[in-house]
Amino acid sequence: MNSWINFAAIGKILVFGLIAGAGLPALFAIGMLSLSRGAKARTAGADSDVVVGGSVAGMVVAAVCFLVVLAAIAWSLYEIYKIGHPAPAK
Amino acid sequence: MHNDLVLVLVVITALAFDFTNGFHDTGNAMATSIATGALPPRVAVGLSGVLNLAGAFLSLAVAATIANGLVETGDVTLTVVAAGLAGGIIWNLLTWLLGIPSSSSHALIGGVIGATIAAAGASAVQWHNLTSKVIIPAALSPIIAALVAATGTWLLYRISRSMTRAARGHGFRIGQIGSASMVSLAHGTNDAQKTMGVITLALIANGTLASGATAPFWVILSCALAISIGTYVGGWRVIRTLGKGLVEIESPQGMAAESASAAVILLSSSFGYSLSTTHVATGSIIGSGLGKRGAEVRWGVAGRMATAWLFTLPCSALVGAAAEGLARAIGTSGVFLDLILLAVLAAVIYRKARANKVDHNNVNAEWTGTVAPAETEPATAA
Repeated sequence: MNSWINFAAIGKILVFGLIAGAGLPALFAIGMLSLSRGAKARTAGADSDVVVGGSVAGMVVAAVCFLVVLAAIAWSLYEIYKIGHPAPAK
Repeated sequence: MHNDLVLVLVVITALAFDFTNGFHDTGNAMATSIATGALPPRVAVGLSGVLNLAGAFLSLAVAATIANGLVETGDVTLTVVAAGLAGGIIWNLLTWLLGIPSSSSHALIGGVIGATIAAAGASAVQWHNLTSKVIIPAALSPIIAALVAATGTWLLYRISRSMTRAARGHGFRIGQIGSASMVSLAHGTNDAQKTMGVITLALIANGTLASGATAPFWVILSCALAISIGTYVGGWRVIRTLGKGLVEIESPQGMAAESASAAVILLSSSFGYSLSTTHVATGSIIGSGLGKRGAEVRWGVAGRMATAWLFTLPCSALVGAAAEGLARAIGTSGVFLDLILLAVLAAVIYRKARANKVDHNNVNAEWTGTVAPAETEPATAA
């Protein structure tokens, strides 16, 4: 490790940053796209801001995507809590 | 007795710094949500305030001191802490007046370093650590954040391109609220601890706490409250620059920028490579402009910010050194004069800011190159 630049830490931040900081919102977008599939959105017209399209399969995919995003957030909060509140030394 | 009075004043000054830290940084979390209309301005600052409070309790990992490893802590007296805080507060207020987001941690570190140099000479500063732990990360963090945000922005537009513009905006505005909330939480976790560290340092310097002690509960609570109230008051001038000045933001960009900020801030603190929230948030917003085809980044505004960042450490160090020098020249009551001067200067800056006010009413006005929108009054407020 270079004594001026901590390449290991920067590399980790970049890789995990891309996974969490770009990957999770992308998953959210995939969920949103699936949610918008179906007849309702198609007939609603170009100005409609309706996101829910009405396709059941789409809704299921969307639910899975959103749950994964929420789970990742919950897990990260738990990890931060754990770092901040170390268990008493045995 | 004398010392206890000084200690009380230092604690109050530290909480004042924490307050400026909060309101200077509201924009890091909420500027994009306010700019796209995902949240009404006052709801946004309220939510951010509450989450900063929660975040301050979430983790206490950095309960050590901010000066640790940067200056010889043996040379840090109560007066040095007070002078350092004065440097940090003055810089925060000046940059707020100019509507420039700048790092509160750099301002504080600069102030403490300046005061330490004035008190004990340049050899009391650990220059290598200062470079490798503060200066280099500051240069790298906006680049990392911009990369992540640009990737996210590109992905979001690509994935959602078949949706109608309005539906896409609707969906991503909801996502924005979630991601901006994460940034607020991360900010509370990161930044409130810096003041906890300063107060703990002061308590140790005064002999109230044993060396190596962790922050007592009242310190944690008061710091959490100060940063949360500061956030709620909202540094509207900085919010405006970040939300309107840098890039014209749409909700997919906003969500990408906030997600990148939250991820990078939380990861950096968990890997022990502490980055400035402000540098990360600004980098993310620029990245969200780079990742969208046809979006314009106002490099002039970005350049002004970068210039301010270069000056943050030296300028707050100068103020810190001047305050320490003044206090030493006068003797035991010098620290009181410092704090009185600080209060007067803060009042002057506040008055200047009132003269061309930016608040929740005009924060989203069209960007015309200035922080304070031109006075065309209610007619334009739609």
